[in-house]
Amino acid sequence: MVVLGRVLHESPSQTAGPYVHIGCTPNYIGLKGIYGGHDLGENLVGEDTPGQRISISGCIFDGIRTPIRDGIVEVWQADHLGLFNSPVEKRGKSAKGFVGWARRATDPSTGEFSFLTVKSGATPFTDGNMQAPFISFWIAARGINLGLHTRMYFPDEIEANQRDPVLSRLEHSGRISTLLAREVSENEYRFDIHLQGERETVFFDV
Amino acid sequence: MTQTVPVELDDVVGGSFFHREFHRHPPALAPRYKSSIARSPKLALVSIPNSLSELSGPLFGHDTIGPDDNDLTVNFAKPGSRPALGERIIVHGRVLDERGIGMSGMLVEIWQANSGGRYRHIKDGYAAPLDSSFGGCGRTITDSQGGYEFRTIRPGAYPWPNGINDWRPSHIHFSLFGTGFAQRLITQMYFEGDPLIPQCPIVNAIPDPKFVEPLIARMDRHNTIPMDARAYRFDIILRGRRSTQFEGQAG
Repeated sequence: MVVLGRVLHESPSQTAGPYVHIGCTPNYIGLKGIYGGHDLGENLVGEDTPGQRISISGCIFDGIRTPIRDGIVEVWQADHLGLFNSPVEKRGKSAKGFVGWARRATDPSTGEFSFLTVKSGATPFTDGNMQAPFISFWIAARGINLGLHTRMYFPDEIEANQRDPVLSRLEHSGRISTLLAREVSENEYRFDIHLQGERETVFFDV
Repeated sequence: MTQTVPVELDDVVGGSFFHREFHRHPPALAPRYKSSIARSPKLALVSIPNSLSELSGPLFGHDTIGPDDNDLTVNFAKPGSRPALGERIIVHGRVLDERGIGMSGMLVEIWQANSGGRYRHIKDGYAAPLDSSFGGCGRTITDSQGGYEFRTIRPGAYPWPNGINDWRPSHIHFSLFGTGFAQRLITQMYFEGDPLIPQCPIVNAIPDPKFVEPLIARMDRHNTIPMDARAYRFDIILRGRRSTQFEGQAG
């Protein structure tokens, strides 16, 4: 078998700049009618996708606690059984109508983002042990030189979170709380991301 | 209680991505690019091995894309009106992974200023006028060889509020998806010969000028369309996957 090594190098990242919304959510910010009137990544799930329906909202805060209003947030997650909508997923097919990916502009006035989805199931880690349910986040904005990966975990999954192989490898266990959403009411979660400061979110090198 | 699907170890090991070469990317904090000061994490990224959530990612079918989505000279112009103003260009190339393999079916999205250097955005107050026929975004999906092509106009340089006299070189923003979420990348394409490139604090956030070279598109005389548009060639490299035979089982 021929083994191909790394012969090229990943293109260097550059900031998304202040106008990433033009490229990624053009209809939302006023380029009305382009792309048939729809931005990509509007819906994570279909109307009849099975699972526990939840909403997630939040803001990205900069180092002086100001919400970022010119950023984008993307999420990627498994379905209610923990199956990804991807050919890489060999354990089965994800649920009907389940997309698993969505993108939002942070609101140009408030910085808020929100998603409607289903709660993800547990997914395997590299050693085959299960991870606690989580949703992957990726953010880009002016001033962010390389897109940032993080994860949102669920506060009510206490046992699973305690056993989680990623959460348990954090050197400063006090930082785990930066990855936990807050349940503000039933099935309604808040996940704020802090780029700096005492509550700086854990970002991952994946 | 969360339900789970049984897992076979073979399903989840193998094929993880080459570790990212951070020395080729701008660091989070690049103080001459002032916006990075309050927006750069101060603590180290936590390194984790790739599991399915990083190895998988959204895929977009060719039916996602409309016929004019990759032609910025017409995709925002009202039917029957003139095309966008400016120097007509083709920007084309391939999306490859670090093993040199063309990546087919990948979504490529771009956005840019108009020929005067103005964005169609409420926050852009630069004196250059808007062009009623130019929106400034485009998208396409790579072909079976990883190839892509956009038709657009060359964006103008523009001043920006960083230093008192900072001008961005002409550039096009690129957003890319691979097959795995860990490959997600946003970057910018510059134009060969632009004297503003070496002066730009955003460009210079890249630690070494030799790493900037891959972001500079070359004029491609062979693919010029006579009496219509000049061509620029720009290849994009996304992270490659390791061979499964080198994978360990534990992270």
